[in-house]
Amino acid sequence: MADVHAVTPGQGLVPPQRSEYMSDIVAGAEFGVVQRPLTAWQRLMAQAWLRKTAILLIIVVAWELYARHLNNPLLVPTFTATIQAFYAGIVGGDLLQKVVNSVVLLLKGYGLGLALAVAFTALAMMSRIGNDLLETLTSAFNPLPAIALLPLALIWFGLGDVSIIFVIVHSVLWAVALNTHSGFRSVSNTLRMVGRNYGLKGPRLVAKILIPAAFPSIVTGLKIGWAFAWRTLIAAELVFGVSSGKGGLGWYIYESKSMLDIPSVFAGLFAVILIGLIVENLIFRNIEAVTVRRWGMQN
Amino acid sequence: MNAPTKPPPLLQVEGVTLQYRTEKHLVTATYRVSFDVHGADRFVLLGPSGCGKSTLLKAIGGYMTPTEGTMRLKGAPIREPGADRVFVFQEFDQLLPWKTVKQNVIFALESSGKMRGKQAEEQAMRYIEKVNLTKFADSYPHTLSGGMKQRVAIARGLAMEPDVLLMDEPFAALDALTRRKMQEELLQLWEDTRFTVLFVTHSIPEAVMIGNRILLLSPHPGQVKGELNSDGSDPVDPVTGKTLSDRIHATLFADRVEEDEVVHHG
Repeated sequence: MADVHAVTPGQGLVPPQRSEYMSDIVAGAEFGVVQRPLTAWQRLMAQAWLRKTAILLIIVVAWELYARHLNNPLLVPTFTATIQAFYAGIVGGDLLQKVVNSVVLLLKGYGLGLALAVAFTALAMMSRIGNDLLETLTSAFNPLPAIALLPLALIWFGLGDVSIIFVIVHSVLWAVALNTHSGFRSVSNTLRMVGRNYGLKGPRLVAKILIPAAFPSIVTGLKIGWAFAWRTLIAAELVFGVSSGKGGLGWYIYESKSMLDIPSVFAGLFAVILIGLIVENLIFRNIEAVTVRRWGMQN
Repeated sequence: MNAPTKPPPLLQVEGVTLQYRTEKHLVTATYRVSFDVHGADRFVLLGPSGCGKSTLLKAIGGYMTPTEGTMRLKGAPIREPGADRVFVFQEFDQLLPWKTVKQNVIFALESSGKMRGKQAEEQAMRYIEKVNLTKFADSYPHTLSGGMKQRVAIARGLAMEPDVLLMDEPFAALDALTRRKMQEELLQLWEDTRFTVLFVTHSIPEAVMIGNRILLLSPHPGQVKGELNSDGSDPVDPVTGKTLSDRIHATLFADRVEEDEVVHHG
């Protein structure tokens, strides 16, 4: 089957002669659409939070239907029972106090972890030995689950807040240091030269050029560090039980399980998820919205 | 020069050899380069890639130290980067993405300690107006086109009122139409404020259009091949019948021209 349009390129091939022409363009008003507002539905579906809420609603409905069908509150309590247990825990019980205990502990560990990460990163930026130290330590300790250090921490620091803070610091430190450091290293040479051109060096160069330029990586590090710290804390509390007589969310979950109060177990888990969502969507999302997204450094 | 006493040059480069280290080699970028730049010069460093023109500009900026020779600005040796020599780079990311157009200019003025507060803001707006970006003063760089970003960088540089503006192929990453427009605008700005600029390019037409004095550099390592005057019109030399561009081309690519001539005459 010979294709009549197929042209074999060859040596003597010459493009065909065509006449030239000029044409007038159509005036703007004669087009159908140049720019048209989207419909209400299209605008609604463009909102990410609305789409995600819809997904959550579907999951909740599925959960409720399945739990009712199963009809075994010891295995899977219904969503309504979980919400009731959650409400009762907040209003009548000590769930809120447990949340506060956990969050206070978390903030202590997170803050200390960040401070150490800043110190390590500063050291790494200032000298080659510091750089080697950080790279060696992060590659050694980053893959080590913080919770694996808990038995050791118990021996070193005893049964108390210090042990939990120790494992939280371990989980935060390396993730944040790694991200911040790689962020600093990826700042373009041009930006550094611009900073030096206008007389910045040392700490002023770091504060005015390196930190803002590395901000996307720094925020990512903060987010990862937060998630690690939160997980480590709950896990440590579960293993550990009561620390210094107060106990946090992990302990609440463990205790409720022992008493076969499964809706309260679910309520405890629900609280863990809720706090995670709030921190991610309210705090970190807003930090990103007024910084890296506004600056066009992240979409 | 009919005046008996020529004013001392603003920038003196004398016998400068520049070397830098790569992972495996020690590279000599320029060898014993000398030239003088005077006030209000539009001095162009022109040469093919590998002639060390950008390295030379970095050294004048204070980012590297010559292994041999001296560089003096107003008689004082150049030792480190400073706000008396402001750089305009080729890369668009020379603007701080976390600052608006106006804040970028103010940043330069305040960081260098040249001006503060209200005074810095007024100076910034004056130069932003000169590059026709008043409407975009509060925009972030990522919302601007490439040409606009370069205009902001030029405004930032000029607002510093430096002794010399160092431009490292500032229009090379722009499309041809925008580049042409930016060249015209730069000349217009020069008419306006008569700054001194040291301009690096590898484009002969750009050098002829922008420069009043063109330094020709040969590659590997960079050595001075000559200095020519230009009035921007690329005139035909009455003696040789060749345009300035042709003369530059012949000088920089002499080897190839000789080959051509052999063919012609042979």
